[in-house]
Order: sequence, then C-alpha cells, then structure tokens
Amino acid sequence: MWEYTDKLKDHFFNPRNVGEIEDPDGVGEVGSLACGDALKLTFKLDANGRITDAKFKTFGCASAIATSSVLTEMIKGLTLAEAAKVTNKDIAEYLGGLPEQKMHCSVMGREALEAAIENYQSGGKKKHELEGNIICTCFGVTDKEIERVIRENNLTTVEEVTNYCKAGGGCGGCQGEIEKMIEKIQPDEIKQAPLTVARRAGKLTNIQKIQLIQQTINEQIRPALRAHGGNIELIDVEGNKVVVAFRGMCAQCRLADFTMKDVVEAKLREFVSEQLFVEEDKESAQQPHNHRE
Amino acid sequence: MKTIYFDNNATTKVAEQVFEEMEPLFCELYGNPSSMHTFGGQMGRRIRQAREQVAGLLGCEPSEIIFTSGGTESDNAAIKGTLAALPHKRKIITTRVEHPAVLTVCRELENHGYTVVELPVGKQGRLDLAELEEQIDDDTALVTIMYANNETGVVFPIEKIADLVADRGVIFHTDAVQAIGKIPLDLSKSNIDLLSLSGHKLHAPKGVGVLYVRKGTRISPFMFGGHQEAGRRAGTENVPGIVGLGKACELAAKNIEQENNKVKKLRDKLEKAILENCPDSRLNGDKENRLPNTTNISFEYIEGEAILLMLDKYGICASSGSACTSGSLEPSHVLRAMGVPFTAAHGSIRFSLSRYNTEEEVDYTIEKMPGIVNQLRELSPFVAT
Repeated sequence: MWEYTDKLKDHFFNPRNVGEIEDPDGVGEVGSLACGDALKLTFKLDANGRITDAKFKTFGCASAIATSSVLTEMIKGLTLAEAAKVTNKDIAEYLGGLPEQKMHCSVMGREALEAAIENYQSGGKKKHELEGNIICTCFGVTDKEIERVIRENNLTTVEEVTNYCKAGGGCGGCQGEIEKMIEKIQPDEIKQAPLTVARRAGKLTNIQKIQLIQQTINEQIRPALRAHGGNIELIDVEGNKVVVAFRGMCAQCRLADFTMKDVVEAKLREFVSEQLFVEEDKESAQQPHNHRE
Repeated sequence: MKTIYFDNNATTKVAEQVFEEMEPLFCELYGNPSSMHTFGGQMGRRIRQAREQVAGLLGCEPSEIIFTSGGTESDNAAIKGTLAALPHKRKIITTRVEHPAVLTVCRELENHGYTVVELPVGKQGRLDLAELEEQIDDDTALVTIMYANNETGVVFPIEKIADLVADRGVIFHTDAVQAIGKIPLDLSKSNIDLLSLSGHKLHAPKGVGVLYVRKGTRISPFMFGGHQEAGRRAGTENVPGIVGLGKACELAAKNIEQENNKVKKLRDKLEKAILENCPDSRLNGDKENRLPNTTNISFEYIEGEAILLMLDKYGICASSGSACTSGSLEPSHVLRAMGVPFTAAHGSIRFSLSRYNTEEEVDYTIEKMPGIVNQLRELSPFVAT
C-alpha cells in the first residue's frame, strides 16, 4: 500500500472544488483514459485578473485526485503570472510529499494549469498541444516535457524520469534516449552508475564475444521488441556474422529490415564489436508467426 | 472498525486449528528432524504425517510430495529442474496469463537461449487447445500452464491439457496455487507431472508450499546442501509450517463442499448485486469455468486504486488490476491478454472470498459499492453530469 500523507488522504476523501465552471475563462485538459489518469481544470478570473474560482474533474488514483484538489486551492486568489510560476514541486510539497512513483500526478497538475492559462491567453481557442518531439510513444511524452522534469526536479536516473512523467514506463524502448538526455542535461549530477553491459575492452575470446552478444540481445534489444509483441533469438555466430531470428510481430513487420539493421546491428556494434554484421536466419524468416498483441 | 477480508487470493487467514497444531513447535518441540536424539528425531514423524495429509488432499503418494518455501519456489524448482534434467530440449510452452512466478522465470530463461511460447487467451480468458497442440514439438521440454488464474479465477481444462501433453511425451507442470482447496482434484487419475501449491492460500501460514513430482518424473534439484526431502530439496525443514500445511490440507479436504456451496453462493450474490446496482460495470473472465470464490469486475471511467482506498475506509479489503496499485504504469497483464480495454482494466476490482466470510459482510459491501462508484464518477471528467 502507498504511504500517503494525512493531507493527501483528506483531499482524496473530501476533495475541494469538484466540477466544471460554466463559461470559464480558461480550460486545461491533460491525460487520457488509456493512460490511467486525466484532469480537466477550469478557472474564472475577476476584474483584476486574479483567479476567483477554480474547479477540477479527475480520473485517476487517490494521489491524482488529491493533487487536483490542492491545485485548485493553491491557485485561487493568484494572478495568472503568479499561477504560472507554480511548479510540480510546489504541489507535492503542499501535500506534505508524494510517494516517488506518484510524482507524475503533481506534474499532471502543473501541466493542466499551464494548459488552462494557455487556453485563456489564446482567447479560449487554444487546446493544449504537445510541444516538441514524442520520445515515449506509450504515454505520449515529448522531449520538451522530459527535459523540463529533469531540470525542475534535478533528476539523474531514468527511473526518476518515469516516476515524474511516466516516460519510459511502458515498453521501455525509449529508456536509452532518456538516459542520453539526462547525460546531456545533467553532466555533473550523474552518479557513476555501472553500465549494464561491459563495454568492449581489449580483444575478446570467441566465447566471451558470443556471451557478450547474447547479453546485449537480452538487455538492450529484446525488451524493446517484446514490448511491441515481438522477440529475437540468437541462432548462431560465425566469425563476425551474427545470425538471429525474429519472432512474433517483428517477424512480419514491414519494418523488420529497418529494425534489424538499425537497432540490432547498431547495438551489437556499440556494445560488442564494430566489425559485427547481422543476418536473419532464413528458415525462421519463412515460418509463419503468431501475432501476440 | 471490523475488517471485511475479500482478498483471499492474495493470502488467507491461518485457520485456528492449524495454528493450534503449530503452536507447540516453536518453544517446546523445536528439535531438528535430522538429529539423532529423540527430541529432534520425533519431528520426523510429524513431517511424515503432514506429507500424508497433503497427499490425501491431492490423491497422490506421500513420496511424491516435496515441501518447499512456497508457490514461487515450487514453480522455479519445477521449471528449472525439468529443463536441467532435459538439457537437449530448448523449448517451453506457457500462457500469457501466468502468475509472475512462472512467466518471469520463463522470460528469464529466454535470456539463456530457451525458446518460450506464450499462448494467447480469448476474451473470456480461455485457451485454444488446438494452438497448444500445434506448438508442441520434439524440442519441447516442458509445458507449464496454471490451473486457475489468480486475478480472474478462470479455470483452465487442466486434465484435458495434461492428457494432450502426455500423449506427446512432454512434461506437464501446473501452478495450482489458486485451485487447491477450492476445487476438487485427484492426481491418481491425472496426467499432471508436476504441480505447485502454496500454504498461505489455503489457511496455512506463509513460507511453506509443496511441489508434487509424479513418481518417475525426472527433475534436477533446485537447492543443494543437505539430504532433506530425499535429496530433492536441501535445507532444514520448516517444521511448524509443514505441520500447519498438513493440517490445512486435511481441513481443505473436509471443506471443499462448503467452498463450492456457501462461498460460491456468497460470491454470486456479491457479483450479481454489484453488476446490477453499478451502471457501466462488467465482469472480467469466463463465467462458467471459474473458481467459486473469485469475481473480477471493471468499473468504467474510474480508477481501481481510488476504489480500493474508498473500500478501505469501510474496512473492506479487495485488490485491483489497475496500473496505480502495482507501481508499474500499465494495468494487469492478465486483463490486457484478454483484450479488456485499458479503460476498463484501470478500473478493475477483484473480490476473493473464503469460508470465513459471512452474508452480512457481503450485504455490507453491496450496500457501500454503488456510493463509492458514484462518488468517484462525480469526480471523473469522462462522465457527463
């Protein structure tokens, strides 16, 4: 069970400002049913440009509901300029803290607030749009959003990024990219984490090379394929030729060539040896495979 | 506040009679069965008795019972032990809805060069046996398929599957952790080679389980270091746990009728009332082939963890397949395999009953559920007000 603060439980069991304001000045909608949480925030301004009323509707877990409730409480009485400065950290602190894995709820609150302000500034026309390029396709998280949670919360690991904005928490296929982003944004902060696979060092014996190829497939390649209903099997290694078979969806995927060349070969060259090249096992390529998803 | 415990697929109360049997084994009769003195040696007799009690419930020989630390160890030992005994075969067949104690083990073995086939299930959680048949080949070392699903209660036709697998000369293991004590089973008439069970799911304590190994089935030991369990599972016996499990099996044999009448009646009443009183709710899983104690219901537009916390306020314990309850970000792999839409999977609640539940508790829950659902729907942006 999650350890929630008394304040969070209070806001969950007795949520404040539930509903939708009729004829609001700003509307912010973020999240979706499929993602597991969604928030619709509406606010009304007074003559002086201060938020007089704010209401929310939230689909999600207890902490999603509680963060929405405190958000409406926090922004009442603020000017839009003041409200725009509210960060996800402020929301979490107001609740007396959130479990690490629930930090994304506070980020959702801040995103909804931003979307609502944007909506007001565009005269009620603008709907929230994702900025930047999508990195995490499972949860639709962009590079801009990832960069922002890294900077604002001083994050140094992929796991933390997942906790804060969900990116990397689905198939895991984008974790490498997130890792690179952290390295770029926080070069001084990263702890010297041991790499999952030993980088090439000196000359490998044949047995070492084959083991390293298998390990690279296990750790770097299979998780991403598996998430999309596919799989990969190491069939043989002859000199620098690595023979693999694709299973499941990947076997029939029209991007199979692309996957093989770009992902498998690139990973094997990165982690094992520049000289390696990949071929698909002919026999298995012709076999019919089941779609898993 | 009184606790209403509807989470018996997670763990169960230790039966009073079980606890009574165990109690003297901590401070008074604490000897090691391997010792030469009478004080320790007498414990061997207690273990023998427990082995007979377990064998009685399963309909097998006492010598076919290996005591383990629980369901997870039994699953690990069955799968890895079989593969180690058949080094020339490299394929395992399982299903997409297995408990992680099987599924994660198989996926890890994939990293060691094994081919793993995960059979899909249909919308009601049923397997296609023709597909299983098609997948069995000369390279197949093991088929491992659960008896009953922990999340939905769906029961697979295990005897039929065991026959089919035996016909092809392949070893068959079943994780029967959720089935034992809830549905009758007779291994003397079965083609099951290996079966896992866990003590704490049938009113015995946590930390003890069984791996049934049919006489003649080749399996390499999983734990080394001692001669216990005829050299098949090293380590000093968990004497109180084993004795407790023996008693629990004896009780289960007596109570299996009650499980299927009283418990089923309560489950059906709870399920029917919730589905009727809560709009936009749906049952997950096969209604016909199902454990008598389990129901899994999805509530559209609201999220499972929030429902659980509301129930918790009334002392009602249940569980959910939502993403938020697991700490992962995706909902239950079982519901997804069944093609339950994400939206419904996020709002799924499992109630799992036992013979200790009462009609009063069911009525109380029936009374509270619609209010909880309505309260959360009022908060939901996906419900028009």
